[in-house]
Amino acid sequence: MNVEFINPFLSATLRVLKTMASVEARPGKPFVKKDGGAQGDVSGVIGITGPTNGSMSLSFSRNCILKIVASMLGEEIAEINNDIKDAVGELTNMISGDARNELGQKGYQFQIALPTVITGLNHEIRHKCNAPTIAIPFDTDAGPFVVEVSFEN
Amino acid sequence: MPSAIDFDQKVLVVDDFPTMRKLIRNVLKEIGFHHICEADNGAAALSLLQSEKIGLVLTDWNMPTMTGLELLRRIRRDQASRDIPVLMVTAEGNKENVVEAIKAGADNFVVKPFTAETIKDKIEHIFRKRK
Repeated sequence: MNVEFINPFLSATLRVLKTMASVEARPGKPFVKKDGGAQGDVSGVIGITGPTNGSMSLSFSRNCILKIVASMLGEEIAEINNDIKDAVGELTNMISGDARNELGQKGYQFQIALPTVITGLNHEIRHKCNAPTIAIPFDTDAGPFVVEVSFEN
Repeated sequence: MPSAIDFDQKVLVVDDFPTMRKLIRNVLKEIGFHHICEADNGAAALSLLQSEKIGLVLTDWNMPTMTGLELLRRIRRDQASRDIPVLMVTAEGNKENVVEAIKAGADNFVVKPFTAETIKDKIEHIFRKRK
């Protein structure tokens, strides 16, 4: 996978959370993911097509997403309900769109699909290609989340 | 400089994501609008445009069934709604999209993520230009 494709997703994640939810996320060290299990309680996945095909996902811990959405909407939500799932879909959409804009400025024109949201204990994330998946762990004051990016070679 | 925005106008927010509609509604209230209605798809938006007196439309681009661009084209085709200002809100801010939206008659364009200040500036620009 072209490593140039990773950084735009990292910077888009920081930008979107800061602008839309006033949340400061701290990126950890990226690693190659070995299995399909999600490292969170709710995930959003979106397909990306263009010079190469792939997908991006976001997996949030319960506390982390409840705080992010509370900050976005100015109201507390106690459980992972439809509002939370909807917000995860929109965050997936915004982060992939923002990364797509940055990739476009580098000369890579991608299209993004509509996001899918998955919840439940030990749920699995299926990326749209069989290439290795790069996971970027993030930490916030409210808990961790993980961004995954996978593109065909 | 005093604001050119007419805060008495009713604003229609079109987005398939309820969270985003709620977020934009909050931003519009923060800016100073009191009359806000919502539609979760293009057809519902067109129906509201016929039944309500709408003074400004904020629409998402990437929606299933009818995209924001198609909604914009339909608004501009209809005699009754053709002069209503439309602000496109989208996650995809590439040059082609901006050009396509402006050609179709969008008054302005906001790329997500956005701040309340950005939305206010864009709306201010629309009202100033139309005065």
